[in-house]
Amino acid sequence: MIEALMDFGRWFLANQFTFSILMAAIVLLGPLINGCAICILAERKLSGYIQDRKGPNRVGPWGLLQPLADGIKFILKEDYTPGHVDRPTFILAPAIAFITALLGFVIVPWAGEIHWPWMEPGQTVSTQAASLDVGFLYVLAVGSLAVYGVVLAGWSSNNKYAFYGGMRATAQMLSYEVPLGLALLAMLLIGGSLRLEVLVAEQASTGLWWVAFQPIAFIMVLIASLAEANRAPFDLAECEQELIAGFHVEYGSMKFAMFPLGEYAHMMTSAAIMTAVFFGGWHVWGLTDPADTTLFGALLKFTVFWAKIAAFIGLFMLIRWTVPRFRYDQLMRVAWKSMVPMGLGLVIGNGLLVYMGWHKLLAANLAVNAAVFVLAVIVSAMAKAPVTGRQVYMPAVQVAPGGGRSAAPRA
Amino acid sequence: MIRDEDLLILHPPELTAVERLYLPQILSGFRTTLRHMFNIKRRNRVVVQYPEQKRELRVSNYRGVHRLNKDPDGRIACVACFMCSTACPAHCIHIEAGESPWPDREKYPVKFDIDELRCIYCGMCEEACPCDAIELTPHYDIVGRTREEMIFDKEKLLDVFDRTKDAKPRKNPAVTDYGLTGGQDRSAGLPTAHPKL
Repeated sequence: MIEALMDFGRWFLANQFTFSILMAAIVLLGPLINGCAICILAERKLSGYIQDRKGPNRVGPWGLLQPLADGIKFILKEDYTPGHVDRPTFILAPAIAFITALLGFVIVPWAGEIHWPWMEPGQTVSTQAASLDVGFLYVLAVGSLAVYGVVLAGWSSNNKYAFYGGMRATAQMLSYEVPLGLALLAMLLIGGSLRLEVLVAEQASTGLWWVAFQPIAFIMVLIASLAEANRAPFDLAECEQELIAGFHVEYGSMKFAMFPLGEYAHMMTSAAIMTAVFFGGWHVWGLTDPADTTLFGALLKFTVFWAKIAAFIGLFMLIRWTVPRFRYDQLMRVAWKSMVPMGLGLVIGNGLLVYMGWHKLLAANLAVNAAVFVLAVIVSAMAKAPVTGRQVYMPAVQVAPGGGRSAAPRA
Repeated sequence: MIRDEDLLILHPPELTAVERLYLPQILSGFRTTLRHMFNIKRRNRVVVQYPEQKRELRVSNYRGVHRLNKDPDGRIACVACFMCSTACPAHCIHIEAGESPWPDREKYPVKFDIDELRCIYCGMCEEACPCDAIELTPHYDIVGRTREEMIFDKEKLLDVFDRTKDAKPRKNPAVTDYGLTGGQDRSAGLPTAHPKL
C-alpha cells in the first residue's frame, strides 16, 4: 500500500502534466494569494515610512498579523449588494478582475528544470506550469482581459462615478496595450522566441540580462504594466478626488477586497514577466547554475525569482507613493505621443539589427536604444511645449481709484 | 467693453529639456521619498503612539472639555449671568438660575448643563464669562455610551475642576471673588469690580 502510494507520488512528480498542475497550485495558493495579503501590509508599512508614520503596528509583533485582521474584517462584513445594480455582472466583475490577474502566472518559468533521482538520466520536468508556444503573447492576451473586470464593475454598478471610472480604465488599458506590445515585440526580435523559458535560459547562459541590451524597452514595459494594473500614477479609474472610488464605489466586503487583491496579483504577474524578459528570471551570477537540475537548485532559483519579483513590487510601491496621479490628457499623451513612437522606433531599430545579424551584440543594441532616445529628445524639443499645469506667476493687478484698472507690466 | 490694454495674458512657463524627459524628475522624487523612508530618527520623534503616549499640550490655552471653577471657599464661582450661554454659537449651555444662598452675590446656577456633543470648543463662553467661572481644560478624551451621558451637569463640571486645578490653576481669582472672601491678594492693580454689598 505504502509502496503503491510512493510509486504514485514518484509518477506524479515525474510526469510533466501532473507536475504542472502541482506547480500551478503551489504557486497560486502559496506565494501569490498570500503574497497579496503580505503586499497590502508591506504597502501600508512603506507608505507609512514614506510619510514619516509607522504604519500598522498594533496587531501582532510589528503589525505582522494585520493582513489576517484585514481578511477577517472583510469576510465578516455584510456583503451588501445595492438594489439598483445588474446583479449577475456585479457579482461576476470582481471575480474576473482577480482571475484574469492570476491567469498570466502559468507561463512563468519559475526554476528551470528539475531532475528527480528516480527519473531516467537526462529526463527532466519543467517547473513552468504551461510551456506555451505563444509565450508572453498569452500574457498580453489574458492581461487585457483584466479590463473586463473593471469595465463590468463600473457598468453594472449603475452609478455615474463607477461608470466614469470604468470608461477611463477601458481607454487607458487599451492605450497602454499598444506600447506594451511594441516593447515586448522589440524584445521578441532580440530574443527570437516567445517562450519565456527560452529567453531566461539564454540570459542565464550568456550571463547578460537584457535590461542592459534594451533599457528603453524595459522602461516602457515598466510604465505600461503600471498602467495595465491600474496602479498609481495611472489609477485614474479609482481616483478619489474626482470619482470617490471609481469603478468599485458600490462594492463592499470581500467583493471589494477582490479588486485590490487583483491589482496586487496583476502587479506580481507583470513583475514576473519583466523579471523573465529583462532581468534573467532565476539567474544570478555565481549563485544559480543553469545546469543544476536538483531540487535544491530549483528551490534556489525559485527564491531568486521571487526576490526579483519582490524588488519590483517594492519599486511599484515606491512609485505609487512618490509620483502624483496623471491628468487624463497627460496619460493619453504619454501613451500615444511618446511611448508608441518610441516603441515603433525600437521595433524598427531591432528589426534592422536582426537583418544585419547583430541582435546579440550589446553595443549594437545600446546604439539602437541611444538612437531612439536622441530622436525622442530632438522631437520633443521641436514639438509644441506641452501643457504643464505649473503655477503661473500672477503679477499684482492694481485697481486705480477711478475704477479703471491700470494694468501691470505685461510679460 | 474690455479694452485690449486691460487684458493681462499670462503664459505658463515652458518645461526645460530635462523636465520634458520626465524620468529625471521622478528620480528626484524618489530621492525625497527614500530620504523620508530611511529617516528613522525623525519618524520616532514625530510619531506619538496615542493611547500610551500623549502629546504635550499647551495647558494654558488648549480648548478641551469645560469646567466650572470653584472659589477659594469651595463654592461655585458662577453667578448665573447667562453671558456664556448667550455667547455660545452652538447653543449647548443651559442654565437655570436661582437665588444665591450667599450674601455676596444675587444669583447662582441651580442647574448648569453643557452638551459636550453640541459644543464646538470655540472658547467663547470662557471669553464671555465676567467672573472667570467657566474655563476650558486640556482634557480632550472624554467618552460616553449615550448622548445623555455626554450632557455634563453642574456636579460633573465642578468635578472636572477638582481634577484639573493642579494642572491648570484657576486664573486670576482676584477678579472673581469680588473681594469678599478675604485673604486674597488684590495688589495686582486691578480695579475692584464690584463694591462690597
